Amino acid sequence: MSAFLLNRFSQSIVLLVIVSIIGFTVLNFMPGGPLAQFGLDPGMTQKDIARLAEQLGLNRPLWLQYLDWAWRLIQGDWGHSFRDGSSVLAVIGRHLLATLLLMGTSTALAIAVGTWIGIRGATHRYSLFDYCATICAMVALSVPTFWFGLIGIYIFTLKLGWVPAGNMYTIGDGSVMDYLHHLILPSLVLSLVHVAIWSRYMRTATLDALSQDFVKTARAKGVSERRILLKHVVGNALLPMITLAGMQLPSILTGALVTETVFTWPGMGRLFLDSLGYSDYPVVMGLLIFSAILVVLGNLIADIVIAIVDPRIRLG
Amino acid sequence: MTAIAAHLPPTRWWHSRAVYRFMRHHLALVGIAMITLLVLACTIGPYALPYDSLHIDLRARFAPPLSGHHYFGTDPLGRDLAARLLMAGRVSLLVGFSAMLLSTLIGTLVGVTAGYRGGWIGAALMRVVDGFLSYPSIFLVLALAATLRPSPVMITVIIAVTSWMETARIVEAEVRSLREREFVQAARMVGLSRRHIMFREVLPNAMGPIIVAASLAVARAILLEAYISFLGYGIQPPLPSWGNMLNGAQQYLASAPWLAIIPGAAITIAVTSFNFIGDGLRDALDVRNDHF
Repeated sequence: MSAFLLNRFSQSIVLLVIVSIIGFTVLNFMPGGPLAQFGLDPGMTQKDIARLAEQLGLNRPLWLQYLDWAWRLIQGDWGHSFRDGSSVLAVIGRHLLATLLLMGTSTALAIAVGTWIGIRGATHRYSLFDYCATICAMVALSVPTFWFGLIGIYIFTLKLGWVPAGNMYTIGDGSVMDYLHHLILPSLVLSLVHVAIWSRYMRTATLDALSQDFVKTARAKGVSERRILLKHVVGNALLPMITLAGMQLPSILTGALVTETVFTWPGMGRLFLDSLGYSDYPVVMGLLIFSAILVVLGNLIADIVIAIVDPRIRLG
Repeated sequence: MTAIAAHLPPTRWWHSRAVYRFMRHHLALVGIAMITLLVLACTIGPYALPYDSLHIDLRARFAPPLSGHHYFGTDPLGRDLAARLLMAGRVSLLVGFSAMLLSTLIGTLVGVTAGYRGGWIGAALMRVVDGFLSYPSIFLVLALAATLRPSPVMITVIIAVTSWMETARIVEAEVRSLREREFVQAARMVGLSRRHIMFREVLPNAMGPIIVAASLAVARAILLEAYISFLGYGIQPPLPSWGNMLNGAQQYLASAPWLAIIPGAAITIAVTSFNFIGDGLRDALDVRNDHF
């Protein structure tokens, strides 16, 4: 187990280094570089900017700048927001919980519904249900999340008036029920794509598990189909899904950004777009790197969890 | 063997098993039909409609669908939505298709190189692929689109640069297994150059997975363009794209829902069709089934 963990940790660190190099490259694409914000300030001459660049070490070779930047990243010095001067990590921290709440709820929803559809599709293969589920999944994968959100708002807010059109809570209320009320529609919208993906994978994994020898043995022993399914098949089919949950993280984050925009949800995605609008590059860069770190860590955690649950992996 | 083969009628590509299997895949045929219709409508349609996509008519603002000759209604400036939809289709389909070509090219080059060379070059290239895949695509695309000037060509390049990794992974795995096959060893023994073996001997045998990945890549590129244009960082008005037509639609959702419904439906139809086609190709070309 420790050899597996060590190997997996070192892989993640190498990946983080590459991720940071990609991020740094993007940073250097930003127009005018880090001093662009002062370019429009009438109190700053070209000479001042050159002096600042010298002072901040922006005329050093790129690799040296990268090392310096990466070192400060590790120390937690992610720069300061152009907008209000607060530290980037603090700004991200203020928006992290809202995003995690949205992502967590919709992932739980997607897993529950997707698992059910997948298992049913596998046990009733080529039935009408299976056929519809397959087509629906492919259409669901093709619907733009923001469009689904707009349709949802149109039907459930404007026509039926069941749920609010946006925000995380009503000002002056903020009870648990109020949060849940605001959470329903965005998490449903965000979960659609992942229900589709999850159900397709779950169907394949269940079919795979159903064809294993231990299922034949159980059947030969006279174990009921229901018990076989619950005790032998589902558990085995769910194992690879842990890896899938990790792999889906980037697409959940992408979906979250779009969903948050449509529903004015105060999370990281909305912060990212707001910061882009203000040309608040330190926050944009911070979020970019942060989202990638989240993905790398998510995959690492998924691998560790599956190694704990399934001894074959850490031994093999 | 050769004696038997000589008696068989010469096979043409449209007699091949792959074409036969594809023709039996109903969803894929539906996909082909819908894409053909969309492409035809977008190319010829604008000439057949009575309104220009940029013609502003403030007396006809917010006309609902089927009012007069405005089949899909009009937008807040009184521009004909049908005309805009078809012109936008040109942009969106073209961007999606070009981005697919570029990303497939990059992905194939990286995949073939990494798979065939192996060793530290292969390992390094595949770690770069992992690195790019760690970024949620929209964060990367938006950051780049917001900083570089968002012309349609630039948007295409940005989408391609952020979505070649899947193809690279698929090609790498395929090439890595092909590398050990006898025909490659034979080619090596004959003394063919490495580049010749990589691109003339190995690559043609990896075309199946590449074609499948490419058809799915069109779907994803159209979707990605729609996302960033919807968010205001993609194709810039007055040039319409399906995504940017939805950009202002949310504020008129109560009074003019067709502004949101119609372009979104167009995106969904196009993307679904390409996904159907990809699925059919995967079955027809017998590419290992991972998702479906």
